[in-house]
Amino acid sequence: MRYAETGFNLEIDLSKGSIDKVETDPKDTALYLGGNGLNAKLLFDRVPPGTDPFSPDNLLIFGNGLLNGTPVPGANRVSVDTIAPVNGLMGHSLMGGFFGAEMKMAGYDRIVIRGKAPDLVYLAIHNDKVEIRDARHLRGKGMYETSVLIKQELKDERAWVATIGPAGENKVITASIDCGNSSASRTAGPVMGDKNLKAIAIRGTKDINLAHPAELWEMCSRLRKELDANPNVGDWMAVDEDDSFHHNNFSWGNARVRRKNFWSATLEERWRNLKYDHMSRQTGCWNCPKACHNVIQWPNRRRFSYKCYGKDTYHMASFQELDFTYEILGFAQDLGLDSYSTPQVIAFALELLEAGILKPSDFPGMPSDVRGRFYYLIEKIAHREGIGDVLAHGTSGAAAIIGNGAEAFDHNTIKKFEQLPIKLGKLNPAYYLMIATGEDMAITQIEGSFPQDPITDPELKEEFIRKWVAVPDNKFVEWFRQWEKRDQLPDDAMVAITDWNECMHYLDDSLGFCGFVSSFRGQFGGTTGYHVWNMPQVITHATGIEFDKDRLWGCFMRNRNLVRALNARLGLRRYMERPPEDHWAVRNEEYEQQLLTKYYDFKGWTFDGIPTKETLEKLSLGYVAEDLIKRGVLTGNEVTALNDARAKKEKE
Amino acid sequence: MDSNERKTRIVKEIKVDTKKCAGCKACEIACSAFHAIPKYSSVNTARSRIMVVMDEVKDVFVPIRAGDYAQAECNGRNKYVLDGKEYEECTFCPASCPSRDAFKEPDSGLPLKCDMCESDPPLEKPMCVDACTFDALTYEEREEVIPVSKPEDVQEKRGEMKIGLEMLIKKYGFKNVADTVARLGKKG
Repeated sequence: MRYAETGFNLEIDLSKGSIDKVETDPKDTALYLGGNGLNAKLLFDRVPPGTDPFSPDNLLIFGNGLLNGTPVPGANRVSVDTIAPVNGLMGHSLMGGFFGAEMKMAGYDRIVIRGKAPDLVYLAIHNDKVEIRDARHLRGKGMYETSVLIKQELKDERAWVATIGPAGENKVITASIDCGNSSASRTAGPVMGDKNLKAIAIRGTKDINLAHPAELWEMCSRLRKELDANPNVGDWMAVDEDDSFHHNNFSWGNARVRRKNFWSATLEERWRNLKYDHMSRQTGCWNCPKACHNVIQWPNRRRFSYKCYGKDTYHMASFQELDFTYEILGFAQDLGLDSYSTPQVIAFALELLEAGILKPSDFPGMPSDVRGRFYYLIEKIAHREGIGDVLAHGTSGAAAIIGNGAEAFDHNTIKKFEQLPIKLGKLNPAYYLMIATGEDMAITQIEGSFPQDPITDPELKEEFIRKWVAVPDNKFVEWFRQWEKRDQLPDDAMVAITDWNECMHYLDDSLGFCGFVSSFRGQFGGTTGYHVWNMPQVITHATGIEFDKDRLWGCFMRNRNLVRALNARLGLRRYMERPPEDHWAVRNEEYEQQLLTKYYDFKGWTFDGIPTKETLEKLSLGYVAEDLIKRGVLTGNEVTALNDARAKKEKE
Repeated sequence: MDSNERKTRIVKEIKVDTKKCAGCKACEIACSAFHAIPKYSSVNTARSRIMVVMDEVKDVFVPIRAGDYAQAECNGRNKYVLDGKEYEECTFCPASCPSRDAFKEPDSGLPLKCDMCESDPPLEKPMCVDACTFDALTYEEREEVIPVSKPEDVQEKRGEMKIGLEMLIKKYGFKNVADTVARLGKKG
């Protein structure tokens, strides 16, 4: 018997109309855990380089984290992965809520979608009963209406429906997949649209078995109460009304203007009232004691919920206030647009208009007020009408099409993915590494374990260290102790910190943990819920596979290197690993390149940022090395970065 | 025998504050794990004897506990409007009944009913309450004075049980019902 996982994938080929339930190899679970790890393996094994992301041969995979659906609190993330049309690299997104647990109870660890349906369809899954159904009557419908209609058709109120809106159907790059206001973005939406798959409805009534029942339950009961009581986990944006941090430090408009003194006590009071006057309640995801979603009822709008930085993006992109976000956000979500990148694309378009690169004639009938303009453009983008057809390519894609200097306004993307609108002064070396090299394409999916800032007060510093159980190695304690200024730590510390931060996200994404109870929440307060010391025990009790810290760390390294190898095969090279040029005002190209070399070396990668044959072989990824050699990505004789002649030259 | 003789019993009460429910389903998970055999060996919310009726858009979050089995659908239904919110007709109903797919063992279709996590030694509170970190579910025990039952009452109860069992046998066959009773007995 398989524990914590079902041992089956659901494989759908929409071109052939085939549905297969395929047993998986338990050895792979021990090596890759689940989630993004096993998704990356499927992409590596099955999608050869050169495959157009918008082709039937691309895969769209909904991969459960290994612990989803078990009693382990806070484990519910589904990795939704594909080859991203925006840049041809692996597109990785996470969806919380209830879809994953329901999929497990239906008997599947992941759903693998291949091919392309001849016309719009949806998948209806009830345990072993799986149907590909006509969805032509759902064309153009929003998220909410689609899910309601499907549940009515299936006569199942308790089914969970992951769907795309018009934006996804129209292959808008910033489209997302939504299931009950939990969503996956980063190009999973347009790929689902390309496959003519409107939705997946899922309902499961099977047991998820657990290896060590009593031990696991005891541990999870305790963890649930600990997470509940721990103020350092969960989403502080859901409860803390002082949001001066984002508003004073992040950039408004198209990542352009910093308003350092924007926040004030009167504003906070006004916004607090705005929120509590319209908030119905706070809700949570499957089996999590933190309720991070604020459910908002705005006049003349359908009730919706948001979490985290989704609270700020629309009004900051438009220089408005919170009421504008509350007014537009539910509307935009229903069209199936991601709240992180879509407002940036709109702000980018309005900047181009102001700069004269786009002309008023490109915006026929557009209102003159900024709020009206946002509504105008959001509709144009979702339905790909007029200028919206261009903007639907995302900032980078649209800039390339528009040309005529528009490229310079695409100043906040990495590897063509939209980033948080942060523009700062002085280079922060660890952040440089995370932003440059992170394949999760967003800093919030990379940072999080090592604190962002030093503590200067010696007593407070020691108190922090005493409670710092999450720290995986004493070297981090020593570095933290000697740390005085944000940008000043030895290079090997910056490299190792980046590695630990990455590690926690990779583990979360393969196990199903939300970053808010784990990887993202170590940096503030140091007492996050999950870490390399308690994760192994949880996994062992849930799965029956013996884990310890070293074995778990090995899984991280394997998954990290597999994702890197997949991307290297798809063309990722050193020259692409650059933060936006204006991310910091003061840059030091020579130092950055030396640091990058050190990071590559630490990882066992070549000077070009590709895992060496030895590195891959040590991680049981010999088949990956063989493939890279066969395809000429590696020769097999490469040395790690610091031993490369170019690094020695760099040093001179 | 003095017909006025009285004794007390413990009434177990779960208070449900729907305003506090965050819809995390921890109650459903705890219930299904506790009632798994062996205990805690699986999670399957379809087997849970508590269910959160959930609709974020309507702001409906109502945990209901499985009550009695009803052989037939209601012949008339209630639609509640509370504080301006309209609740679907079965939202507050605890019955395992033919009108919906709730509180039925997924494999056998047999009805499920909350047993307040009866256990030896008894739990401090039912598992769903223990798992609810939002205090949407809280547990109270209070004493209630009841008349002492007379021999003819016991007879009457047996009669009621017989009718109930006959109904179940009619629906599921003798063997299924006998197996379920046997399984319930083992669980103790």
